[in-house]
Amino acid sequence: MEDDNAADMEVEVLSSMWPEDIDAAGKKFNVEKPGADQDLLEDVTIIEEPTIVDFKRLLELTNYSEKGSSQLSYLVKNWEWKQENAVRLLREELENLSKQQREVELKKLEILEEHKFEDEGYGGDKRPISILDDVYEIVPDVPKRRNDVIYQDQRIEIDGEDDTDSVRYWKQRALNLEKLLELSINREQILLEKLEESIEKLEKQSSPVEELSQILKRADNFLHFVLQNAPVVIGHQDKELRYRFIYNHFPSLGEEDIIGKTDVEIFKGGGVKESQDFKREVLEKGLPGKREITFETELFGAKTFLIYVEPVFSKAGETIGVNYMGMEITDQVKRREKMARLREEIAVQKARETELNKTIHITEETMRAKQMLATMSHEIRSPLSGVVSMAEILSTTKLDKDQKQLLSVMLSSGDLVLQLINDILDLSKVESGVMKLEATKFRPREVIKHVLQTAAASLKKMLILEGHVSDDVPIEVIGDVLRIRQILTNLISNAVKFTHEGKVKIKLHVIADPCSEDQQKIKMDTDESESNETVVWIRCDVQDTGIGIPETALPSLFKKYMQAGADTARKYGGTGLGLAICKQLVELMGGSLTVSSKEHCGSTFTFILPHKVPHACESSDETDEFKDMDDNESTEDDDNCGFFQFKPRTLGSLFSSNGSGRVPELTGNEIGFEKCNPENNNTNTNTKYAGVDHDRPFHNPCIQKNRPAKPIEPKVNSNGNSGGILGNVVEKSKSVIRPKILLVEDHVVNVMVAKRMMRQLNQDMDVVNNGVEAIRAVHRCDYGLVLMDVCMPVMDGLQATRLIRSYEKTGNWDEARLAGVELSGDQKIKEPRRRIPIIAMTANAMSESAEECFANGMDSFITKPVTLQNLKQCLEQYLPSNGTLFKDNFIPK
Amino acid sequence: MLGFGAVRLRTDMNRLLSLLFHQGVLDEQFLQLQHLQDQTSPNFVSDVVTIYFQESEKQLRNLRNLLLDREIWDYVKLGIHLNQLMGSSSSIGAKRMRNICAVFRAAVEQSNRPACIRALEVLEHEYCYLKNKLHELFQMEQQSVLGDAVRYPGVVHQL
Repeated sequence: MEDDNAADMEVEVLSSMWPEDIDAAGKKFNVEKPGADQDLLEDVTIIEEPTIVDFKRLLELTNYSEKGSSQLSYLVKNWEWKQENAVRLLREELENLSKQQREVELKKLEILEEHKFEDEGYGGDKRPISILDDVYEIVPDVPKRRNDVIYQDQRIEIDGEDDTDSVRYWKQRALNLEKLLELSINREQILLEKLEESIEKLEKQSSPVEELSQILKRADNFLHFVLQNAPVVIGHQDKELRYRFIYNHFPSLGEEDIIGKTDVEIFKGGGVKESQDFKREVLEKGLPGKREITFETELFGAKTFLIYVEPVFSKAGETIGVNYMGMEITDQVKRREKMARLREEIAVQKARETELNKTIHITEETMRAKQMLATMSHEIRSPLSGVVSMAEILSTTKLDKDQKQLLSVMLSSGDLVLQLINDILDLSKVESGVMKLEATKFRPREVIKHVLQTAAASLKKMLILEGHVSDDVPIEVIGDVLRIRQILTNLISNAVKFTHEGKVKIKLHVIADPCSEDQQKIKMDTDESESNETVVWIRCDVQDTGIGIPETALPSLFKKYMQAGADTARKYGGTGLGLAICKQLVELMGGSLTVSSKEHCGSTFTFILPHKVPHACESSDETDEFKDMDDNESTEDDDNCGFFQFKPRTLGSLFSSNGSGRVPELTGNEIGFEKCNPENNNTNTNTKYAGVDHDRPFHNPCIQKNRPAKPIEPKVNSNGNSGGILGNVVEKSKSVIRPKILLVEDHVVNVMVAKRMMRQLNQDMDVVNNGVEAIRAVHRCDYGLVLMDVCMPVMDGLQATRLIRSYEKTGNWDEARLAGVELSGDQKIKEPRRRIPIIAMTANAMSESAEECFANGMDSFITKPVTLQNLKQCLEQYLPSNGTLFKDNFIPK
Repeated sequence: MLGFGAVRLRTDMNRLLSLLFHQGVLDEQFLQLQHLQDQTSPNFVSDVVTIYFQESEKQLRNLRNLLLDREIWDYVKLGIHLNQLMGSSSSIGAKRMRNICAVFRAAVEQSNRPACIRALEVLEHEYCYLKNKLHELFQMEQQSVLGDAVRYPGVVHQL
């Protein structure tokens, strides 16, 4: 019976698509009883297409796999249970019936017994029959069973009063009983029939197949309903991973394309292999597993599936395939990845933020510290410069030896501190980007010469200072001459500091543009018409034969406050800021500063800087006068002479008591440069005078040529006094042997102060009140230096300077006369004259007014108020050998 | 005059000077001026300053006249006077005078007459202030010189 059912089921029930779900039908499928509302799903149209089943395989599966058999057995059990129930009910019914039957039989027996008794009683009369007894006996007996019987009995008893009556009575009674019996037999018959009928019915009714298939159908429908739109793929694959069943709501392939094929055979692309491998792994291990796989196939693009694969075992415990379920989770994965990315980004952001905050904090601190340093330095500088300048003045008064020594220590320390503070201020200016570069025309040769000159002036060692400027360096370039000077001075003083014997050299030459290979020089030659300015890169080497720098110290050399070594600092002093400033300045100007060094042999600091070269035409336009005036002598000299050499003065400063303390021959040399030119000029223009220089005797004969007027000076001077000079009688005894200084200044107070200062500096000075008077004074007599106020009544300093320069160039005063200056006496045309240094004194310390000064032929300028310090500096620079020179020239005569 | 009087005089002078420095009325140039004074010209500072005041007074007068002349706006002359005043002020170290002159000149360059008049007033005020203060200072100096002269032998012994 059971086997038959199972066989039936296989055929019909398994046409359902949900074999694996059925094993838990009772629990998982809470489906309503079929009868109740079968209409529930009628509205829902269920497309059954997506399911593709290999039925044969399914049969095999259910036959061989454990799950299949357990499923079947469950179905069977379920059916059996129902059957049993029905049987039990029938049995109960049957029992009831048989009970009744038994009772009826019992009754029948009783009746029969009664009859027997009647017969006995009938046979022998001896037995007393008490009606009452009888009644008594019967009454309790009968009524309990059947009421009607009792009635009959009673009636019968009442009826039977005598024998005949009693026989009749008994007969009647027997008849009655007969009838009753017949009735009960009838009843029994009916019951039996009924029983049989119901058994028959039962058999007919309980064909389990239909019922089960109905249940399954409903489950199937529900599942379809639920899964209708779910992005789920469900499948079964056999041992070789060929699809035997697949449910896919969004099928893109037909049945024939899938069934019997493996993943790899069906589609290609990323992830396919992986999923196949995963399935195989599950198959081999026999353990279910989940995995997320991203597919990248032509069929459905990039999608991520979460697949669940479980092995299917045969009854023998072998794996015979896998069940496979996949759910598309592309969006979730995307979202998840996005979240992860966001989280990561947030973390990074946060880290960066903290980092940034830290940096900001540090920067702020640094800025504050720097600002404070700068402010403090500034605050310190003013009083300190007061102290130092006062000490300087003090040193010019009469002091004994000890006092002088003390004072010199005081001065040098003061200077050091001042230098340090200036350095700090410079540095903070560069660093804060406040420092602005000026673009002015300057002559590199002149700059080199001046720097070396200045260095030589304060040289206290037996060193030779040399400057080589190669021919290709342009005569004029544009740059920030002050800063370049600062760099050079710094490097030179450094070199001098660390060199005890030998030479310190500056070499200047043009190099190719380090950035681009197309040579700037070529450009200069060819593209002149195109742009007014071309750029040359000039390389400057500052070479010494000093102690050198150990290699280990090179990296930190340009750092602030760093010196090559602790003992260096002790031995040589210095702040360690100089090179840092140089480097920063050079870099600010777009160049670079490098160093190479050999210990005990010397070091070379090299910097390269780009310079604009003014166009030839332009320069002639703009600085017409300037050029004209220069042409005759110093320009030529500086332009073409590429070699300078200086040797140290032996002792003392320029303004030591009588101003003649230096070694004549040395100073003679540097003046010699200026002097030689006229001669040079006369002979040839493009000279390499320098070439001769090396062995040239320092007493150059042309020195005498150069100052023809000097010896006559006293005479001229005496004439001059009658001119417009305000009560400025010069002590002739002194002025004879010194170049005189002319102060052109209109304001009494300024004149007083300046005169006083000059006296302190042991210099004599003539004073005139305006430009016209200045020209007259220059006309009358030869001055070594002119200090010219810029703003003056009658004629201002700029014009006066221009006229003086014109005179120097042409040798006549025509231009001055044209300008309305009356000059006493006629002047014969002289030889072109030496260029008098003219220093402007100006109240506006702005750079444009400085430019104006230079443009008008002034050599330098002092900002008002004139201090002892800058006056002295100025004299040192422009009147370097005043006293000695004349002595020199004079004494032989 | 007693010793401590002289000391007090010195202290007062220094205090006054430092006040003037602190206020920015004077700058280092004034110190330089003082240090240019020596035995050969013992009254150098006061001489210079006296001349300065004379000249400045003239210039201030000129400036006022020029400014009050409504017809003509002679900024060239104004500029010259201002430059002179500025130059001399900076020569004696009258810093504030100089700064006001600079402001004045800027106003002149902008042809801003009201600003010029304002600047002139400030300048005059500053001039008076400076004059008073320096006068005070020189008086004290004179006293102390007198005192020095009187006490000279005694002081040496005391020290």
